[in-house]
Amino acid sequence: MSILEQAKQAAQGAAQSVIQKAVELAPESWLPGGKPDPLIHQKHGLIGKPVSRIDGPLKVQGKATFAAEFPMDGLLYASVAFSTVPKGRIASLDTSAAEAAPGVVLVMTYRNAPRMKPMPVFMSNAKAAGGDNLPVMQDDRIHWNGQPVALVLAETQEQADHAKSLIRVTYEAEPATTRFVEAKAQNTQPGLFMGQPMKQEIGDAEAALAAAPVKVDVTYTTPRHNHNAIEPHAATIVWQGDELLVHDASQAVTHTAWSLSEVFGIEESQVHVTSPYVGGGFGSKSLWQHQVLGAAAAKLTGRPVRIALSREGVYRMTGGRTLTEQRMAIGAAQDGRFEAIIHTGTVAMTHHNAMPEPFILPTRSAYAARTFKLDVEVTYLDMIANTFMRAPGESVGTFALESAVDEVAVALGMDPVALRMVNEPSEDPTEKKPFSSRNIVEAYRTGAERFGWTKRNPVPGSVRDGEWQVGMGVATSTYPYHRMPGGAARLTLTRDGRMKVEIAAHEMGMGTSTAQTQVTADRFGLQLDQVDFAYGDSFLPGQVLAGGSQQTASIGASVVAAQHAMVAELLKLAGNDSPLAGLRADEVGGMEGGLAKLDEPGRHETYASILSRAQRDEVAVVGSAPPPLETMHWSMHSWGAMFCEVRVNSVTGEVRVSRFLGSFDCGRILNAKTASSQFRGGIIMGLGMALMEETQFDERNGRIMNPSLAEYHVPVHLDVPEIDVMWTDIADPHAPMGARGIGEIGITGVGAAVANAIYNATGKRIRDLPITLDKLM
Amino acid sequence: MIPFTYARAANTADAVVHGSAAGAKYLGGGTNLVDLMREGIEHPAGLVDVSGLSRDITETDNGGVLIGAGVKNTALAENRLVRTRFPVLSRAIVAGASGQIRNMATVGGNILQRTRCTYFYDDTGSRCNKREPGQGCDAIDGFNRIHAILGASPSCVATHPSDMCVALAALDAVVHLEGAGGKTRRLPFTDLHLLPEGRPDVETVLEPGELITAVELPAQPMAARSTYRKVRDRSSYAFALVSVAASLEMDGATIGDVRLALGGVAHKPWRAWKAEEVLRSKAATQATFQAAAEAELADAVPLKDNGFKIELAKRTIIAVLGELSGVSA
Amino acid sequence: MAIRINGTDVQAPSDPRVSLLDLLREELHLTGTKKGCNQGACGACTVLVDGERVVSCLALAVQYEGCEITTIEGLSKEGALHPLQEAFVEHDGFQCGYCTPGQICSAIGMAAEAKRGVPSHVTDDLSTDTIVLTHDELRERMSGNLCRCGAYNGIVAAITETFVEAGE
Repeated sequence: MSILEQAKQAAQGAAQSVIQKAVELAPESWLPGGKPDPLIHQKHGLIGKPVSRIDGPLKVQGKATFAAEFPMDGLLYASVAFSTVPKGRIASLDTSAAEAAPGVVLVMTYRNAPRMKPMPVFMSNAKAAGGDNLPVMQDDRIHWNGQPVALVLAETQEQADHAKSLIRVTYEAEPATTRFVEAKAQNTQPGLFMGQPMKQEIGDAEAALAAAPVKVDVTYTTPRHNHNAIEPHAATIVWQGDELLVHDASQAVTHTAWSLSEVFGIEESQVHVTSPYVGGGFGSKSLWQHQVLGAAAAKLTGRPVRIALSREGVYRMTGGRTLTEQRMAIGAAQDGRFEAIIHTGTVAMTHHNAMPEPFILPTRSAYAARTFKLDVEVTYLDMIANTFMRAPGESVGTFALESAVDEVAVALGMDPVALRMVNEPSEDPTEKKPFSSRNIVEAYRTGAERFGWTKRNPVPGSVRDGEWQVGMGVATSTYPYHRMPGGAARLTLTRDGRMKVEIAAHEMGMGTSTAQTQVTADRFGLQLDQVDFAYGDSFLPGQVLAGGSQQTASIGASVVAAQHAMVAELLKLAGNDSPLAGLRADEVGGMEGGLAKLDEPGRHETYASILSRAQRDEVAVVGSAPPPLETMHWSMHSWGAMFCEVRVNSVTGEVRVSRFLGSFDCGRILNAKTASSQFRGGIIMGLGMALMEETQFDERNGRIMNPSLAEYHVPVHLDVPEIDVMWTDIADPHAPMGARGIGEIGITGVGAAVANAIYNATGKRIRDLPITLDKLM
Repeated sequence: MIPFTYARAANTADAVVHGSAAGAKYLGGGTNLVDLMREGIEHPAGLVDVSGLSRDITETDNGGVLIGAGVKNTALAENRLVRTRFPVLSRAIVAGASGQIRNMATVGGNILQRTRCTYFYDDTGSRCNKREPGQGCDAIDGFNRIHAILGASPSCVATHPSDMCVALAALDAVVHLEGAGGKTRRLPFTDLHLLPEGRPDVETVLEPGELITAVELPAQPMAARSTYRKVRDRSSYAFALVSVAASLEMDGATIGDVRLALGGVAHKPWRAWKAEEVLRSKAATQATFQAAAEAELADAVPLKDNGFKIELAKRTIIAVLGELSGVSA
Repeated sequence: MAIRINGTDVQAPSDPRVSLLDLLREELHLTGTKKGCNQGACGACTVLVDGERVVSCLALAVQYEGCEITTIEGLSKEGALHPLQEAFVEHDGFQCGYCTPGQICSAIGMAAEAKRGVPSHVTDDLSTDTIVLTHDELRERMSGNLCRCGAYNGIVAAITETFVEAGE
């Protein structure tokens, strides 16, 4: 990232802090979330019900159409060649054999690619989606090992892949920085996350640590990870005149459309991105160079292009989570109260985007302490730009924080749950704001009871079952509530009493379309089958990133805004002959297929009746969500207690997770069935992180050596026990629907829960992920 | 994948004729070969499909079993004779790959599968003497957690990834071959694969065009008491870090006879001759098992990331012998 | 000889490089069968060949002339979902839905293998004729099908309901 861009981010950060101060001081009633969403109090609706996915029947029949499955006449297939050095320039490029190969229509390199601007890098603009800000095949420079250097288009995938293998490239390599330890020794800089500094000190934490009677001061490390959605990144792309249509696998359709328009120098309205189904994202499915290259090649040939990355291509062309090295120190008084929390360390990133894995985030709000010292230092490597992966920061940060809390509990001879309760804060300990809703004590109480935590033998290595040592561990999980600006939705009510919601949101399996259909039905007093939820299309209203677990809130706030507009419009249409005559918008709500006075349900008229009398076939309104000022006024976070039982083989060191329970406090749960799957899915990814996941980055040349699902291990069926999940279901009065997002919290705390259970089983404290068997032998 | 021709062999003789042509390769289930062709590592000019040949499993006169090279892995694992007389083989097969792959992979193809070394797989970006003789080896100083601790050479530290083969090594299997002109020969399975030495690209003693037609398991009564233990990085669907195949015959409290082989440790399925030597006619005690394991691993050489395999192999050998003998720690 | 796919005869591709998976997806537009890794490492492309589950990405289509292929599109008959498909919806045996067709086809093949008595890595007694699809047996046998969303619990519940509790 350039100095200019950093300055811009810092300036944005400064402006934001002025606003933030004002919002902190503002009366609650002025703020979004100041008045609880009326739905929170609705007790007998669809919200919370375990409704099966509305797209379920399509998906189980293989009829849901993913990005690489849109048929097009004259389609060409792309294959991409990758650089094999981390830095330097292309010295020679021989594409003649590839060009002569059967079926080949185009070989594109920097020599003949159309002129394009770099992708607007994510966070540089509200609609920026780019994974990096590098030139895309515009010159001979190489910036990472695996950078695309040529793209072949051919009539079939087989022909394209074959031709690609005939391309010969040589490089003039330049000295590259690919070793973390060396880079760190040379230079580190304080990391900025979303434009805000992460460095923070409250009191003199080092002194408090030194003086504390009980202390833990250790280093935890976590490796690189890749998202590994089972659907590889793909796009089917066609130019229709000057207009670009991209069927993408995207968690940011609006952002991608705008960003592509910048790259190609055309209007935003000339780019149409659709993404009706996404085969898993986890943070990876944004704009990377493949969509740009595919569109460029389609432009050059005037034919539609399918660019479906190989699994290796996913690793070479789209970033993953970077590595972290974290110092985690806690000083405690004899009664367990934390005197000092120090969480600092270093991560690797690139100059080409701004994603310093913010591992200190969970530490900001988890525990009360007299002093704090937080910092994420950044060192730069020549590698593919790393990016957001499920709970960036919290996933790996809680491994350090929650392992260290366990270590303190051991040092104190205290139960680790009790230690956490002792340090429960009354307000956000670093932001000094009130919590919007925090019921972690309740989550711990109910979780511990169901898990049978009291049966745990606190003496490490004391429970045995044949070859297996058995142990239990616990950890706190946490993830913030986010709501990003720009949410908007269109509602269309038709005379047959159906409501259509249109919003440029995404369904990657979170259950968004199902849960939001339930919510909309409840808001308007409709049946499930009377609501259509349209999403995954950049031409729909709103910019709603499926990231930061914020979609639920963003859609919720947008629909609330649109509902106000819709009710006002309907009351106007209802006129004086309606039972609703004379009522204000805030006096009525949706009930039984129409509107009714909230405290006098007898005054009711159906939507069909209102529209018929007004001789209207439909009413359409667009509502925009207010700016997300609630997060500046309240500290809004979800919480959970993760309980784990492991078995460690005393001969081989193999670890098996035999039981797992997640007890969550995430506000109101909108759909018990899909929410359970979200929690479990996060936990399972956490088990992978704990025990097996590692992207092997060869520090000699910056090359990823296991770009494959055979060599990068993710959990398989047999690795995963039945996972129990439960939740407080206590509504957050300041969040739409009372609900905070749940997509990411599941992965947090899992690494530590597993590591703590392993400690309990064996007496071995492993501070380096993944915990493979060699570390336990 | 480069273009190639495809021919389905009508019979073994037909296969060998086609398979002896320049650039030809035999195709079984394709589970390894097709992957390697796609990765640009294998580039045959023609494929001779032998997957339809010799799919029978028959009992031999002396109580052994003759397994056609085209037998699918699942069919072999579920075979009654194999399950009762040679359980180690069934166990080894079902410890490998996935249900789908076992339904496709043939016995011949399994034997000839190639290493999972990630530098071998990185056709464009890494050096590999196995892929490109004389190029150098990036694995020796790279990620080598899964690599060899026994029998490696300065030119190659790769391992053979098969589970099935470890059992075959322990079962004194004999490989039936047919080559050009219908010339047949039989070879002890343990002589089929080679250690890397200076030519890691040459992985077996097969002559050009020579086809594996069958694998014979001679009668081995003690194999009724045999097992396979595999240690890996996740609970299923992962290659072995270390595996042990063993058959044991007890004579009271004494070890009568034993067969022992290791997987995941060498360029070939590793028959543990030294350990067997230590074990034979000794009292079945932990101390004996330990001595045998030490003897077998005495020459082991660790690389940067795989030193743990030496201890892991010893412990796994001891645990398996303990399980088979009923003498546990 | 043709390849019979969901009851319809299809000519094998002239290019022997074409995998069964690409034949299905790109030539026949039967995109229900998914490409997750193209390396046999994820199971998303699982189809049934003469009733046996295979990964279609590593299958050269020409090799399957004379075989009967069933894909996810061939499971629902006249618009009615296969009981296992129903159970996947009921038990939320998926999130994104991308690995789902492979999981379903794999489970059907797996159930047939178990019924036939094929042992697995977690089968204690190799001499048994009867495989009981316990939680462990089922998970081991399905381990060739990765699900990154982590819907494993729901998948196991759906398979259990369909093939174990229903007594099939």
